This record gives sequence, C-alpha cells and structure tokens, in this order.
Amino acid sequence: MIAPFGRRSVGVVERREVGAYVVIVVADPLGVEYAPGPGQFYMLAARAGWGAGDGERPFLPRACSVLDARDGSLSFMLEDIGPGTRRLCELEVGEEIWLTGPLGVGFRAPAGRAVVAAGGIGVAAVFALDRVLERPAVVLGFRDARHAAAASLFRDPGVATDDGSVGHQGLVTELLEAELDGGGEATVYACGPPGMLEAVRSVCARRGVAGQLALESPMACGFGACYGCVVATRDGYRRVCVDGPVFDAALLDAVA
Amino acid sequence: MVEFCGLRLAHRVINGSGTFDALAARRCFGDELIRSFPFAAFVSKTITLGPREGNPPPRLWETPAGMINSIGLPNRGLAGYLERDLPELMELGVPVITNVMGSTIEEFAELAGALAGEPGVAAIELNVSCPNVRTGLDIGADPRELGALVERVRPVFPRPVIVKLTPNTADVAAAAVAAEAAGADAVSLINTLRAMGIDPRGGRPWLGGRFGGLSGPAIRAVALAQVAAVAGRIEIPIVGMGGVSRGRDAADFLAAGATLVAVGTESFRDPAAGARIARELTEISSQNAG
Repeated sequence: MIAPFGRRSVGVVERREVGAYVVIVVADPLGVEYAPGPGQFYMLAARAGWGAGDGERPFLPRACSVLDARDGSLSFMLEDIGPGTRRLCELEVGEEIWLTGPLGVGFRAPAGRAVVAAGGIGVAAVFALDRVLERPAVVLGFRDARHAAAASLFRDPGVATDDGSVGHQGLVTELLEAELDGGGEATVYACGPPGMLEAVRSVCARRGVAGQLALESPMACGFGACYGCVVATRDGYRRVCVDGPVFDAALLDAVA
Repeated sequence: MVEFCGLRLAHRVINGSGTFDALAARRCFGDELIRSFPFAAFVSKTITLGPREGNPPPRLWETPAGMINSIGLPNRGLAGYLERDLPELMELGVPVITNVMGSTIEEFAELAGALAGEPGVAAIELNVSCPNVRTGLDIGADPRELGALVERVRPVFPRPVIVKLTPNTADVAAAAVAAEAAGADAVSLINTLRAMGIDPRGGRPWLGGRFGGLSGPAIRAVALAQVAAVAGRIEIPIVGMGGVSRGRDAADFLAAGATLVAVGTESFRDPAAGARIARELTEISSQNAG
C-alpha cells in the first residue's frame, strides 16, 4: 500500500452525479500494482485550470479518500465546498489530473463485529469497508435527501437525516448506539465532519468500544513533508497524512 | 558534477529546509525514493537543542500561487536527530546538510559543536530567522548580531557553514556581507516572507501561530531580486530559492547569481519535482550551450 514516487497524470474516464456529490473515475494502470486499502487517500489536482478559480486558487492539490479501486481504475467522491473541490467537480471525461498515492494509514482489520458510521462526504472513506468486511453494520448520516442519495452506493445501510426526509430524523450516532446495543464485541469505523466524529469518539470511550476514526485536515503535500495537517493527540501533534488519516479513537482526547 | 563549498553534487537542485521529510517520504514511497532521490543534497528540517511540538493548528493557508505556513519548527531535538534521523538520512546517498537554530548564539555553538563530530553531516545551515531574546528582532535581520553568531560558530564546525538569510529585513545584502566577513562558506535565500491570512468567517487570524511564512511562485520575483542584490555584494556561493517550480525558474536564479537552487513548495505539489526541475535545467543549459 505504498505509492509510486511522484505524481502521475491520469485521465478522467467517467463522471456521474450522486445527489449532491460528484463521482469521478480515473484510469490508473499503476493502480493494479499499487492497490489502495480502505481509508487511504490520494492527492488530486486538475492539470488545466488549477489556479484560475475564486481568489486565484486552488494552488495546492487536494486530499481525497479513494471511494473504490477496480482493475486499472480509481474513483473518488467529491463535494463542491471551495475552489479546489469545485474545479475537481467540474472535471469532464477526457481531462487529465495529477494524482499521487495511495497515501496514509487506512483502516485496520476489526476485532469482532464491524460497525461502520459515516456522515456526509465522509461516506467515501468507508465505502470500501462495505465490500471488504464480512457483513458490517453500516449507518450513515446526511443533511437531507439530496445528500442521502449517496447511501444508494451501500448494500444495506441505516440512514439518518437532519431534516428527516430520508430514514431516521436525527443523528447518525443514535443509529450507531442502537447497533452497539445489539451486543457483542465490536469495532467502530467512522468518517465524517468533526462534530460527528467527536460524538462517535465519545460513544466509543463511554462504552469501551474500539474505534477507528478517519480524520480530515487541510494538507499541502499528503506525504509528511510540510507538517501542516497535524491534529492534537495524546501523543502530541500527529500528521494526518502519514500517521493517519485513520487514528485509534483512544488516541484522541477530542476531535476538533 | 557540480562543486559547492567542496561538496561534489550530481546537479544543482537541492531542497529547502523543512519542505521535504525524506524519512516520511520513504514510508510513503518505499525505496523507490532512494533510487530516484530528487535532490543533489538533502537539507534537514530545522533541528533545535530540545524537542519542539510546533505551533497549534491550523498551520496552513492557501494564497494565490502560494501558501502560508505556520509550522513552528517541530523536531525531535538534537539528541533525537542524531540517534534516530541521521543514520537513516545517510542512506539517501547524497550529502546531508543539517539545518539548526538556537535561541541564543551559545545554543547555535552547542548545536554546531555536537554536529562537528558527525561525519555524516556534510555541512550545516544556520536558520537565523529567530528572534533575538534581547531585541525581539530576528538575529538574521541585524548584520552585527549575525556577524557575531557566524564568528562564534565558524571555528566550532570544521566543514561548510551556510547561512540561511531572512528576507524580512530592509537590507538583505548587508546581512550577507556580514555573514561572509565572519567566515560563512555560503548563504541561502530566501526564507519565507512574513505573512498572514484572515478567517473569512470571523475576521480573525486563521493560523494558530497568527503569522506565518509565504512561499511558492507568489514570492519568486521578490526572491530573484534579493538573490541578485546579494550576488552583487559577496563572493561566496549562493543557494537561491523562492517559488522555483520549473527548470526555467531555476535557470533564472542561476542567472541572478545563485550556484545551487533549492525547491520547496513545489515538492508539495509534486513529490518528485526536484528531479524534474534538475532535468529541465539541464535541458535549458544544453540548449544555451548549443
């Protein structure tokens, strides 16, 4: 799960919208040899028009969890939240992007039952777990029905939405607690916005359940060079890009 | 081959201090990193006497054609560097230049003295962008203080001493002249330009350290002017840097008077940028020669 050294140019072969999100698929012949594990990420930048957006940005590549990897192709799920993700969302089939990866420490095999909890664009980071783990329980949270469309990518997820337009009205952590009430030793795998991850961390701590949290942090490089993406842990500041993005919940006092 | 302060280098491109963690990169890219190491010499991040955690996040802010960092020099400290980092850095197969910073002149001398006994350290680079405890000004911004620092360190370290000049001063050439007169073997410039970003949501400084350093193509023209100003006043070699992202940029720094060129921010966008820039520079040089 190491990466080839340097960035490589790959072509966009498919683009589709999944509710509020955009999924792009790129051809990556090297991907067969360098297959990503669940929770790993890549640094992405469009080859053209990178730097021509709002505020003369983006300049740096953007870190994106890999959604899926198949024979010679990689897919990424994106949400337009700023000049970098906007340009990536606007990519068209046939355009080239710069790609570096796979990078980072992903999810590790569970002890006992796996419960997967994700929120918003964070569902991308856990999608591969739904394939590689044996029958994980999956609970997903979204703002509204437009975002909850991403749940259709999963086999049999429980869904919560803030506005109640799909599934349970409320927090995904309520669904998580209900799953954990089902009993047995479990490992929680989670990715989502900081508030949700902090709630998951707190649930794991209170119940004494193992948790693996995929964190997000703005990065310049993605390979440990810049020290810009650190988060506070019980062992001091750790780089999300090379020490994570997946951290043991027990290593964190809080997710900020 | 290129000669620089008695070191024989494969080409003219090295890394800027703190912009490439070769040990982390090896974990990400495996031994392919060693086989195709992008730099002709490796400059370590800044090492201090004791360990440092660095600044609270957020540490990064993207700008037009650049970025601001407020990292705060996290490192294991001298003992950790010597025990854990240096042995692995020596496997890179290129000369290792260790960048150091003290909070006083005596701390610089202590660091230089400890590294003098390490044959794996081919040269040291002094990070003088540190505030003088007495005046609050960067040591490197005051030619007299800088001269005193270099005079103290020079006899302690038997191999090349490079001074990394701060650009945050009215007269960078005066600092370079003082470093040369005090016995420096080379100067490197520019370090990042003091900068800040504002949180669009609340109007407060974005970075955990409030201020940071601007790097990337945004500063290239400023860097070229400073290199040219320094080159007109000193004889010792110059490592030029600031927004180098193509061979063309590297050629511009050589034209302005640099002997070597360092790549920093571009490595964040392209981990192998150093090798690409060295290759492009060779192509430009051979075209010019032809």
